Amino acid sequence: MYFLMTLTAAVVATVAWYVNAPDDKYKLGLLSSIFWGAALMWFIDHVMACLTEGGEFFETTADAALLGVSVIILGSIAWLVTLLISDPKGVFAELLKR
Amino acid sequence: MPVLSNSILLEEINVACFLVPLGEAIVTTAVQKIMEKKEKQAELHGIQQTGLSWSRKLSWLNRLLWGGVLLLAFEHLWHGEIVPWLPFLTAMNNPADMASMFREIATVGTGMAIFVTTAWAMMVMVADGKTKALSAATAKNKA
Repeated sequence: MYFLMTLTAAVVATVAWYVNAPDDKYKLGLLSSIFWGAALMWFIDHVMACLTEGGEFFETTADAALLGVSVIILGSIAWLVTLLISDPKGVFAELLKR
Repeated sequence: MPVLSNSILLEEINVACFLVPLGEAIVTTAVQKIMEKKEKQAELHGIQQTGLSWSRKLSWLNRLLWGGVLLLAFEHLWHGEIVPWLPFLTAMNNPADMASMFREIATVGTGMAIFVTTAWAMMVMVADGKTKALSAATAKNKA
């Protein structure tokens, strides 16, 4: 479940990046890369688990869904922290001048 | 030990696979920094860069690797496979688990690193192709 949720987040972030491209003021490219990186790695993880142990490809438990939500929140927080540190709108510089 | 459920099975195969992409991310980040320095020096000496710079291409790979490593590390923390104290990996407490961990690092971890790097290589090939096509079109328009 968390793989599917991360993949969905990656697709949504990529669409948002493309709509604003070539301008990437809000670092949406970074957000989509975070989710794509995890989605690609989990894809291999799930494929290997299926091939070697023959388990189900998608985990449909409440725990897996909660992990998916948590992963998306963590990825978004990582992106937000990077965005606020780089401060592309110069908001903090303006606030500190006052 | 019998496998009780799919979630346990996934946890078993997942012991510390993100360590391989983590190692790759550390190396590629260092290479990117070196390339950035070299490109800046070349620019200072008046050497013009044609096409996409390697530091920019490597930054795409680094974003994928670091993003993936961050979220996978969180997943391992969630499943109790890593802990915020020494030795960090719970599998290190049991020699039998350690053997399984090294096997998973070698198979799943390496697979992850190769897959992400292949995806990035394809991205670079497409971007390079598009850049060359654009340069050719611009040169044609000028002539």
